[in-house]
Amino acid sequence: MSETPGRPKRKNPLLRTRVPLLPPRGRSRVALGLTAAAALGRFELQVCPECGTVQYPPREACHRCLSLDLVWQAQSGEGELISETVLHHSHDLYFRDRMPWRLGMVRLDCGPTLLAHLHCGVAVAPCRVRIVARLDKAGQAALIAVSGRFDICEGAAEMADDIHLREMTCDPRCRKVLVTDGKTALGQALTRAFVAAGADIVWAGCAEPWKRSAGLEEVERLEAVTVVPLDVTNGDSVKSLGAALGAKVDILINNAEVHRPYGIAARYGTEAARSEMDVNYLGLLRLAQEFGPVMRARGADGYSSATAWVNLLSVYALSSFPTHGTYSASKAAAYSLAQCLRAEMQSAGVRVVNVFPGPLDDEWNQELPPPKMSAQALAKAIVKGLQDGVEDLFPGEVAQEWLARWLEDPKILERELAIGR
Amino acid sequence: MERRRAGYEDVVVAVPVSIPYVRYSTRGAHWFVARALRALLEGSGLGKADLEGLCLSSFTLAPDTAVGVTQHLGLSLRWLDHIPMGGASAIVALRRALRAVASGDAAIVACVAADTNHVDTFRATLGSFSQFARDAVYPYGSGGPNASFAFLTAYYMRVFGARREDFGKLCIAQRENALRYAHALFKMPLTIQEYLNARPIAEPLRLFDCVMPCAGAEAFLVMSRARAQDLGVSFANVLATIERHNSFPEDPIQMRGGWLLDREELFAQAGVVRRDIDFLQTYDDYPVISAMQMEDLGFCGKGEAPQFIREHSLTTDGTFPVNTSGGQLSVGQAGAAGGFLGMTEAIRQVTGAAQGTAVANARIGLVSGFGMINYDRGLCCGAAILAGPKA
Ligand SMILES: [Zn+2]
Repeated sequence: MSETPGRPKRKNPLLRTRVPLLPPRGRSRVALGLTAAAALGRFELQVCPECGTVQYPPREACHRCLSLDLVWQAQSGEGELISETVLHHSHDLYFRDRMPWRLGMVRLDCGPTLLAHLHCGVAVAPCRVRIVARLDKAGQAALIAVSGRFDICEGAAEMADDIHLREMTCDPRCRKVLVTDGKTALGQALTRAFVAAGADIVWAGCAEPWKRSAGLEEVERLEAVTVVPLDVTNGDSVKSLGAALGAKVDILINNAEVHRPYGIAARYGTEAARSEMDVNYLGLLRLAQEFGPVMRARGADGYSSATAWVNLLSVYALSSFPTHGTYSASKAAAYSLAQCLRAEMQSAGVRVVNVFPGPLDDEWNQELPPPKMSAQALAKAIVKGLQDGVEDLFPGEVAQEWLARWLEDPKILERELAIGR
Repeated sequence: MERRRAGYEDVVVAVPVSIPYVRYSTRGAHWFVARALRALLEGSGLGKADLEGLCLSSFTLAPDTAVGVTQHLGLSLRWLDHIPMGGASAIVALRRALRAVASGDAAIVACVAADTNHVDTFRATLGSFSQFARDAVYPYGSGGPNASFAFLTAYYMRVFGARREDFGKLCIAQRENALRYAHALFKMPLTIQEYLNARPIAEPLRLFDCVMPCAGAEAFLVMSRARAQDLGVSFANVLATIERHNSFPEDPIQMRGGWLLDREELFAQAGVVRRDIDFLQTYDDYPVISAMQMEDLGFCGKGEAPQFIREHSLTTDGTFPVNTSGGQLSVGQAGAAGGFLGMTEAIRQVTGAAQGTAVANARIGLVSGFGMINYDRGLCCGAAILAGPKA
């Protein structure tokens, strides 16, 4: 079961590419609360505020006191593995292809008993474990018991070396990555971060390859890095790169963006807004049309299958930041399109990861006070988000704070932003 | 105040019917229901119009329920019930029907369990078995109860020191019984080597720990003693019955069932003691659950079933005959009919109609039911004690 992580064997090109099968996708609506939390990398269970019962599987009411006012609350996941099995047979086609498969029953310290996938590092029952929630290949929450000894890393390294559970994350290790804009500080940081995370190849897109920056030239000296021509505003450019690389890209990082400050009144005309939309929204659309179908076809292509599509959005996609109004609008449009892309990619098991950073420490946010996120920190957060299998990533304190405010009440956030807070 | 339930003095069970099982069938569940009803009528001499009540159990009727079956098979009834309780269906159907007849709501009730098995039926049924199974079991690859019973078995072996050989002894005894039962799908003896070395399904479970899904039907009639005598059919008396659902929800993993709560009442109402029981029919989709029933019904203490199995011979001619027709493990599991298998066999035993599987001088038998792995454990438990005319 626990094959060592070493290098995967080179795929025999004559073998049929496995049809993308997914684990069962059906869930009751109430169970989707688990998925909503897992999309943010959290493990939450239903808690009854009246009697304090923590329950699982999710229900419409508290099974102890019948209260209907249940809330989802983060859990430590600490518990005991009380029994385990290794499946050698399954009626489900996805699992049938992946036997044997290890499962366990975990009694959480907070009460309920859970059925969970067992990570290969977990010892024989009985033993202490910790439950983490991840999105499975179908995009639904799945619970995984990991060894209680791993208390530092949130699953990244330990998950990566389990051949089965690798499918529930999007680890860049041994994968081929395209960064759509390698020229910016963030693009260079991303390229370096993916090389550091063990990617086989990182293609760094450059709209005007004859005009390389000093930074990009330095990055290009890394063995795994190749600069490729890519202008996301140019349909022909996207198409020809798609034809050349589409069938090889396992992770696509769409970080190309245009950011101009101001809202409506402070900048007359549509030129700035048009160029923001052309890159931030239409650029995504062009990429999705050229790279999407072929990545979908490779969603189950073995150890190094196509696995993730990452969009650099912004917390401003959730609610307009009026002093960056047209930029906010372009990111909101891109967010909406990314949701469409996610729905289309889901049937192939390719995860669309949306990244919602707060302001970056770049030339377009000079007027904003700190904290602002450095390109290096954001790049690291994106790599970790992929390793953790997160679907919606809010990196850094500012983004986390916006998310909390938005989840609490989007209207209040809108009012606060209108007066510049 | 001590609670006292009314007995079943004037109502009896009769005409046990077993429709031969087949591994796969292209017929619908309704076909098996019809065949069972026809056999009930032929066995009793009754006409279709004499059936006033129907108590039906089936997993494969969808989109129909018992309601659709009335029109499908042209039954005009004054009493109708649908029991979706799998392995506890026979006990629960019996309880409902006994009261319906005793109260006069229906003179004769047919209790029928029937299921078909197409090549893809089992898989299709699993995905829609229960909300918890869909949300918290099926997505883990463990469609069906194999994994759930693997957990119970592994835990039971660890905590109580049961060995694979103990479960093997039970399975082999049942196979021996099955060789004497005409309808069993398994026709070859089973050796301990074959049992131990069979291919793994969900560790520690191997092939012969798991039932084989198939198609078939089981049925019986409930009517007044006077009516049975009138018809001239053999009948069995029901001495006592119990049922419980979702018992011990706080247990981290299922190591006991609802029988434990009511077993003293069961024997008290029946007016018999354990050693009066001539045979036991457990619900046996996996051997561990048979062991649990032996314990929770009081034939041995908690965790002592392995020793109990070692000390007894469990065949029809043994010191403690269990699952005398071979049980589901050797006859096959025809869906909900699996929950009826022990009941029809028990009626045959106490009425002297068991033929090849007859336990010598069997007068009193205990039938146990267990069903519905909704999430991590079986929720429905029940039991009945039957006695023949000689008891
Ligand atoms: Zn409560």
